Amino acid sequence: MNFNTPSGMSRRHFMQHMAGASALTGGALALGHTLNVHANELKRNRKSAILLWMGGGPSTIDLWDLKPGASTGGEFKPISTTGDMQISEHLPMIAQHMDKLSIVRNMSTREADHTRGTYYMHTGHVPDPNIEYPSYGSVIAHQLADQRPELEIPPFIAVGGGSEGPGYLGMAWAPFSVDSNGQVRNLDMGIEQARMMQRVEALRRLESRFINSNRGLAVEEHAKVIGKTLNLMSSKQMEAFKVSLETQEVRERYGENNFGRGCLMARRLVEVGVPFVEVSLGGWDNHQNIFTTLQDNLLPTLDRAMSALVEDLAQRGMLQDTAIIWMGEFGRTPRINGNGGRDHWARSWSTVVGGGGLKPGIAVGQTNEDGTQVEGPSYSSEDLLATVCRGLGISLETTFTSRSGRPMKIAHGGKVISELFS
Amino acid sequence: MMCDRCFGLAKPSLIRSLFWAGLLLFAPLAPLLAQEVESEQQVKKINELIAQTWSDYSLTPSADATDGEWCRRVYLDLVGRIPSVDELAAFTSDKDKFKKERLVSKLLYDDQYTGEYARNWTTVWTNLLIGRTGGTQDNSMISRPGMQKYLRDSFARNKPYHQLVSELVTATGRVAPGSEEFNGAANFLIDKVNEEQAAQATAATTKLFLGLQVQCTQCHNHPFNDWKQQKYWEMNAFFRQVRAFRGASELESPQLANQDYAGESGNPDEADLFYELRNGQIKVAYPVFVDGTEIPRSGYVNVVNRRSEFAKMMVASPYFAKTIVNRTWSHFLGYGFTKPVDDLGPHNVPSHPELLGYLAEEFQKSGYDMKKLMTWIVLSRPYALSSQRTSNNEKDDPMLGGPPRFSQFYIRQMSAEQLYESLLVSTQTGQAQGSYEEQEERKNRWLQQFSTAFGNDEGGEATIFNGTIPQILMMFNGEMIRAATSGESGTIIDSLVTNTKLKDQQRIEQLYLAGLARLPSREELKTAQELLAARNGDVRQMLRDQWWIILNSGEFIFNF
Repeated sequence: MNFNTPSGMSRRHFMQHMAGASALTGGALALGHTLNVHANELKRNRKSAILLWMGGGPSTIDLWDLKPGASTGGEFKPISTTGDMQISEHLPMIAQHMDKLSIVRNMSTREADHTRGTYYMHTGHVPDPNIEYPSYGSVIAHQLADQRPELEIPPFIAVGGGSEGPGYLGMAWAPFSVDSNGQVRNLDMGIEQARMMQRVEALRRLESRFINSNRGLAVEEHAKVIGKTLNLMSSKQMEAFKVSLETQEVRERYGENNFGRGCLMARRLVEVGVPFVEVSLGGWDNHQNIFTTLQDNLLPTLDRAMSALVEDLAQRGMLQDTAIIWMGEFGRTPRINGNGGRDHWARSWSTVVGGGGLKPGIAVGQTNEDGTQVEGPSYSSEDLLATVCRGLGISLETTFTSRSGRPMKIAHGGKVISELFS
Repeated sequence: MMCDRCFGLAKPSLIRSLFWAGLLLFAPLAPLLAQEVESEQQVKKINELIAQTWSDYSLTPSADATDGEWCRRVYLDLVGRIPSVDELAAFTSDKDKFKKERLVSKLLYDDQYTGEYARNWTTVWTNLLIGRTGGTQDNSMISRPGMQKYLRDSFARNKPYHQLVSELVTATGRVAPGSEEFNGAANFLIDKVNEEQAAQATAATTKLFLGLQVQCTQCHNHPFNDWKQQKYWEMNAFFRQVRAFRGASELESPQLANQDYAGESGNPDEADLFYELRNGQIKVAYPVFVDGTEIPRSGYVNVVNRRSEFAKMMVASPYFAKTIVNRTWSHFLGYGFTKPVDDLGPHNVPSHPELLGYLAEEFQKSGYDMKKLMTWIVLSRPYALSSQRTSNNEKDDPMLGGPPRFSQFYIRQMSAEQLYESLLVSTQTGQAQGSYEEQEERKNRWLQQFSTAFGNDEGGEATIFNGTIPQILMMFNGEMIRAATSGESGTIIDSLVTNTKLKDQQRIEQLYLAGLARLPSREELKTAQELLAARNGDVRQMLRDQWWIILNSGEFIFNF
């Protein structure tokens, strides 16, 4: 490369050169090879998913599967919705959109510890010290990235929380974490672009040398992530992070708080083609005073943001291609403890899904009278992941190869929730 | 290689006599050499047992790391930063065949390095004990400076490990420096005892110091290991006589205090607790150590101090020494003998049980001397291997899922703290000004950008300093890198440019040595020439580019 003609140095150049210099193969680089498909057609078919992550373990018995009259039922009353189910009286705005969403009331899992539960619900696998499994977001981004060669920003974005990592898929599929104000730090390169590109070319040479010295995958991944960073640094798509560009009215509709802004950002990101966005709302670990916390704080925030998101996606005709998943690491005990709270409970709880080709407006499965057990069949994290994949048109026959060469089925071989496909 | 050279070629007795001959000639070196003689036996045993698994699994170890690579990793792992150009030169130009032993002794025992050694291990242990975010939020009871002061003092005087841990587990007192009754050790438990019947204190203490993961058994018998719910609550019973109190005013820092425990059925002489099985049955528990040893059931602190009793049994437990040996090994070699490193339960068989047992025993015999343990590991052959794999050992990659065989040095990324300290040393950005507290405060503020607390009852947290895009952006454009590559006075670039004795090539070589502990190749010098042309012959500008490139390379950010 001649340093005096820096205009020839494109951002993607970095990764392509890396490819030539080493034995790099696979996903991230495939992005660089132009797919000869008309952009509009891609846009029409492109699928996305938005995960609303309720960190701490939400009390689904007080939101989606109320037990009025039962001793375990708590203080809230159910209300009717536009769908074929009732939900909590403190989610009146979402109730107006339940014709677009469905509740899975027969989730039953085994992990009731935050770390393990968070990992399990994000990956469909229990923690295994010998292998790191990829997060939902990494898997879906990896599967859908080919549909959008024009995407310059990361395909998996986590707003207001960390999610789980990319596991054996590699750091190029790691969640890109931002906070809800949408400000990405350190974007300004501070020197003119031509000089930056010369630096990058020289850096590429240094990276190649190190990669070729055969020191393992981490070294190659460092170079790949540099390539991804260069891609986003001057991308116009970064505007999608700026919720401040929306009108005051829209922002108020989502709620002027972190989760509201995060949901609005998710809509903007999906609009520019990001295949997976995870938005976090924490604070659900309510061992004390659960009803006040839910009623005064969490539920109004959730109600406003989630209803606005569903409404917007539906209005824009995007809902059928955008799956929404609402879940936390587990539910909470169908018993109120001495501090007016509920503790961790994984045996019988609910998640909510919608869009993305899934049947709306129904409640799948049921729990018994006091909510302590699932009645009839139950579903797991694997099943939920399989269901979302199927809805997004990702084949459940897809297998990944772990670094050790072990083949692994997508969604850990989960079975689809058949009620959501009819 | 080191050990072949030092102990393999000549009989140990001969070496030993050479040592003593050397002593007579170079009296000032006496303490360094004496340390070495003591570590010979342990190093030899490590090498033997590690080599045994190589032959068991038909692995040929990688070649030895270069002097520069070895020196860089020793500085990073022992004192938390890369070596300066002068320190590197002192080592690589040293012709003494015991130069490795001497460098290790210098970093561990020379007063010049006591401060940095203590700071490095304070960082490591602060993150273990209270996390990266502990004490950084306004409502937290933790005093991060208090925790760090306690640890710094302890590491500076090489406090025996069992004493350190006992102090942490039994601490009472106020958490912030300057308070009356200040005891920085109290920061470990201050935010772990009040909520959920001290669940966090139970989980953190058993996991960190005994390598036992009991947290899941709080609610149910664990499906995959031997720990039963009863055991969890019996261990938990040791943490019922302690309470954290906020200060009466803003000026008074929070206090960790012992208090009598009345028991849940109200009889302090038989102070019990109750827990619920999954089937709803209620059970009772009293303090019983994990090995089944019971202590008297009184809840009165002056009759039985449960935490003190716990500390004694903890230190006597076979898990105690093994846990710290495993953790220390993992610090230096990149992986421990178990995955995860803090799970030594019976279901999790270690990769090198004999070596783990041997080192635990030796560590115990040494009086729980952390510096000795570090010396044995750092001088061992696996630590001296290159990270370059060959076709004969590339399958030995724990990232693939199998257990580590240590036939190569496993590379890993520097921590954010190591990066920070390394930048200070290598670029001389002038940030090392101000008092120790001010420097730490500045560093902590910088580190905050990488960490997020989850805010659940387990105190989990995440870091983005793990090879993700935000980290690369920070290295590309962040304030610190910008200052380091500014070329302004006080930076390495400025000192290279203003030193008129240096030729351009030497200036570039100095940058490579400062960042990568090696000289540039011919091609790399040619690249520098191209950069110089692109900068119209302005050397300062070229060096700014060159330094940016070095700092952003994988070769810089990895400990390899």
